[in-house]
Amino acid sequence: MLAPEPVIFELSRPGRTTPAQQPPAAAAALPEQFRRRQPAALPEVSELQVVRHYTRLSQLNYSIDTRFYPLGSCTMKYNPKVCNALALLPGFLARHPLAPAATGQGLLACLFELQELLAAVTGMAGVSLTPMAGAQGEFAGVAMIRAYHRARGDHARNEILVPDAAHGTNPATATMCGMKVRELASRPDGDLDLDALDAALSPATAGIMLTNPSTLGVFERNIVEVARRVHAAGGLLYYDGANLNAILGRVRPGDMGFDVIHVNLHKTFSTPHGGGGPGAGAVGVGERLLPFLPVPIVGRDGGCYRWLDERDLPQSIGRLSAFMGNTGILLRAWVYLRILGAAGLRRVAEYSTLNANYLLARLTEAGFEPACSGRRASHEFIVTLRRQARELGVTAMDFAKRLLDYGYHAPTTYFPLLVPECLLIEPTETETREELDGFVEALAAIQREAATDPELVRGAPHSLPVRRLDDVRAARQLDLAWRPAAR
Amino acid sequence: MPYIPHTSDDLRAMLERIGVRSLDELFDEIPAGLGVDQLPGIPPALSEMEVTRLAGERAAADGQPLNFIGAGAYEHHVPAPVWALVSRGEFYSAYTPYQAEASQGTLQVMYEFQSMIAALTGLDAANASLYDGASALAEACLMAVRAHRRSRAARILVPRTVHPTWRRVARAITEGQGLVLEELPCDPQTGTTPAAALAAQAGTDVTAVVIQQPNFFGQLEDVDALARQARALGALVIAAVNPVALAVLKPPGEWGDDGADIACGEGQPLGIPLSGGGPYLGFMATRIEHVRQMPGRIAGRTVDRDGRPGFTLTLQAREQHIRRGKATSNICTNQGLLMTAATIHLALLGPTGLQRVAEACMARSQELVAALAAQTGVRLLFSGPRFHEAALAFEAPVAPVLEVLAAQGIVGGFDLAGDYPELGQALLVCATETRTSADIARYARALGSLLERTRAA
Amino acid sequence: MSNVPAELRYTKSHEWVRVLPDGSLQIGITDHAQAALGDLVFVEVPEAGRQLSAGDACAVVESVKAASDVYAPVGGEVIAGNELLATQPELINQDPYGQGWILRLQADVDPDSAGLLDAAAYGELSAAGH
Repeated sequence: MLAPEPVIFELSRPGRTTPAQQPPAAAAALPEQFRRRQPAALPEVSELQVVRHYTRLSQLNYSIDTRFYPLGSCTMKYNPKVCNALALLPGFLARHPLAPAATGQGLLACLFELQELLAAVTGMAGVSLTPMAGAQGEFAGVAMIRAYHRARGDHARNEILVPDAAHGTNPATATMCGMKVRELASRPDGDLDLDALDAALSPATAGIMLTNPSTLGVFERNIVEVARRVHAAGGLLYYDGANLNAILGRVRPGDMGFDVIHVNLHKTFSTPHGGGGPGAGAVGVGERLLPFLPVPIVGRDGGCYRWLDERDLPQSIGRLSAFMGNTGILLRAWVYLRILGAAGLRRVAEYSTLNANYLLARLTEAGFEPACSGRRASHEFIVTLRRQARELGVTAMDFAKRLLDYGYHAPTTYFPLLVPECLLIEPTETETREELDGFVEALAAIQREAATDPELVRGAPHSLPVRRLDDVRAARQLDLAWRPAAR
Repeated sequence: MPYIPHTSDDLRAMLERIGVRSLDELFDEIPAGLGVDQLPGIPPALSEMEVTRLAGERAAADGQPLNFIGAGAYEHHVPAPVWALVSRGEFYSAYTPYQAEASQGTLQVMYEFQSMIAALTGLDAANASLYDGASALAEACLMAVRAHRRSRAARILVPRTVHPTWRRVARAITEGQGLVLEELPCDPQTGTTPAAALAAQAGTDVTAVVIQQPNFFGQLEDVDALARQARALGALVIAAVNPVALAVLKPPGEWGDDGADIACGEGQPLGIPLSGGGPYLGFMATRIEHVRQMPGRIAGRTVDRDGRPGFTLTLQAREQHIRRGKATSNICTNQGLLMTAATIHLALLGPTGLQRVAEACMARSQELVAALAAQTGVRLLFSGPRFHEAALAFEAPVAPVLEVLAAQGIVGGFDLAGDYPELGQALLVCATETRTSADIARYARALGSLLERTRAA
Repeated sequence: MSNVPAELRYTKSHEWVRVLPDGSLQIGITDHAQAALGDLVFVEVPEAGRQLSAGDACAVVESVKAASDVYAPVGGEVIAGNELLATQPELINQDPYGQGWILRLQADVDPDSAGLLDAAAYGELSAAGH
């Protein structure tokens, strides 16, 4: 494994610079009161030093391009190279967002098609591409639900129902929109408790946020009934698209009764995760929420495309980004969708589900306990290591860290919060059977180690650039920025 | 099957291992009648060759016009190593560094980025990015309300000289939590915010004051006077800044007597192409006493079990995955890839390179303004120092002028009529270091003859 | 088994209350609560003078893995927050009933009539894993 790399500031030498990349010196008059007195403390390094430093840093990462990365609920599938290459075509890169629409018909055509494709695949009436991440899509969705009730003069609806297994963004989003959160219990088999739902529904219900398949990795079998009851109570249904990969082309959220949906393009449509972004969280809505979509949206007048804004949608919840969302990411999703086509999209759901169920079957045979036993896995599933934790004193976190030594990125750990000692595993459709087999063998080997040499597992990882990091020290003695004096 | 590796043997063996006869059987928990067999509206698959051709034709049709718009997105030279490195799969296809030991590359880039933003803004600590400048301003407003312990009003004063879309975004994002954003007027002579407008608020509960430097018109605000007045009101100061301009302008940490509390802005000028409007990069920095109120991911330096230095996500208890409904924000992702680009860009330019870019921008902009204002029917709208943009007053309506220029391959500027009707026929123009004297002369010539034809007609 | 001093009162949300000689109340979180949270890295204490109603969130305790609100067991005015916790949050882990106190409160009501739990009742509650 590679050695740790110094911080770029430690490579700095006064006066070292990169002349080829700088414009000629120019005199610029600036009154003294506005001037910076000391140059900013940025590193002074050569071009080769920069290239070598960041190349080495990249090599310290696990990534999809280098490893199996079964991080549950994140859909870490292959990001096709062609998507990146085409989004970086000079004609797209050079476009200023405020340039006249006449000079951007090519780009707008791609975005218009993407809106139509996403509406078709989710069964919704209209789509806005502007939210810049899943969390912003969620925000847009709940804000639209709020705007809808207010437009009808129904100001009493200020509660959003959220299952206890939901991702933390759901309640955080509801709070950001000024809503109260009411948690709903799940049954042990993973489905929603309909009695609990009935008890929670009231004239204060604005809506419910659901992920289906849920974060427990199973399909909500009562979804049609849930939708009927929520609608009968006057609420709307929000679909968190985190797990859309599992049902692509087989079931559409619109057909399940959802009124609004966000799609994580960086999951289902294979745009890059980029070390934590940029995401893209397009939203789709049914007919009654169409007037409230966030702007801008691409519209078509005759043969010409143009941006629709507040003047076209006066009831819009407004703007969420300075321009039109993460446009370059949207282009990548468009390329991906065009390459897959209708049949390819359907196969995404089929083969991601196949891989998950195969992995679940093999891990169950190897002695791992599924959290929702007897249920079919969706594109992901949970195993609980509570027995191993109790009997061997080896936790889910220990298994996760030891997997890194075996060359695999760890699954999601300790989410959802209500399953003890859990691993949430999502293999995705782009992995081979051999890769899945290797992963099963690694987990089985770690289980043997946990029985014979638990310290080996508890002390993992052993072969990475660093061992387990001191999180408590990181939070107590904050070191968030490099300071020359501190060293 | 694009990107799916399974052979027919694999499929057979895997179904058998699961104990089902077909792929369809894997979906047997989905209620009958819900499923669809087809996806109307989705065209058939294209090959990589076909989609490359289609995208290539569309990109070529958009061309590469000569650009003179800024208005929040700026064309700068991006050194070749930036995107060569950012496109490496190890950065491009990694996720949020939840497993710190297997993500030291991303975590260290976050730490280096935070250090560079802290250095540029003159503040103690930065986060590892937000979505874009507009949403960063919205988050800064929410953060100020949390950080100001005594103010009860959740009332924030926002000058009319702040980017109009940023103001709209801040309103849309903060409205649900009851924030009140009030506008401060603009001085029609200087195109800046008069400190007297703040003094007039004495005696009222003001949570925070936003100051954009340079402001939307490219004019330099008297940040020291404004920051002092804000302090006199007991308000926090939110600085919205251009990171390239910070190479030459006084950093927010030094504004007034004791500096701004929060700085935020759009990081796009740091190595990120215009790309039709995104993905860009929001940044945010603050003083250490407010750091727990700052939203977004933050990396910290610590040690591992053997005492070796390493990096990890820290202060995570603020975030949605732990705090759920009480989190500082619902934000999960940052703009990791763009943050990586900005970090590499800043490392390449260094303090002198960034300063050269900023000074070249100012020089080019002054040359552009001189050339355009020399045309009959065009004059400079505001007095006072500027960075790299300027508002020009026109005798003729601006929109048709921009259309004719676009047809000649010149994107002439941003029409201010929609957002600032009080300015009459006005155009916001920008020149960065990428515009040569020949480019400027071409624009001036085209504009001159166009205006002459308009007058003749 | 966690430590539950007999002379203190408790809440279901794991705060403890001590009646000081001057009649004011000292409040903190229990040994059970600090053990469940793990190593604390940050504590936000209320400012003196703040008026609280029973059940108001009045402080935040934060570990690496969790953050939790501390609720006012009874209503009243904050007399002081424990300033030491700003730099030494670990005091709550080391000495939850002593140096790790979080705030002092001048109560509006008689703490005896506020429905607080005694040590036996709280001991049962925390042992049951709530």
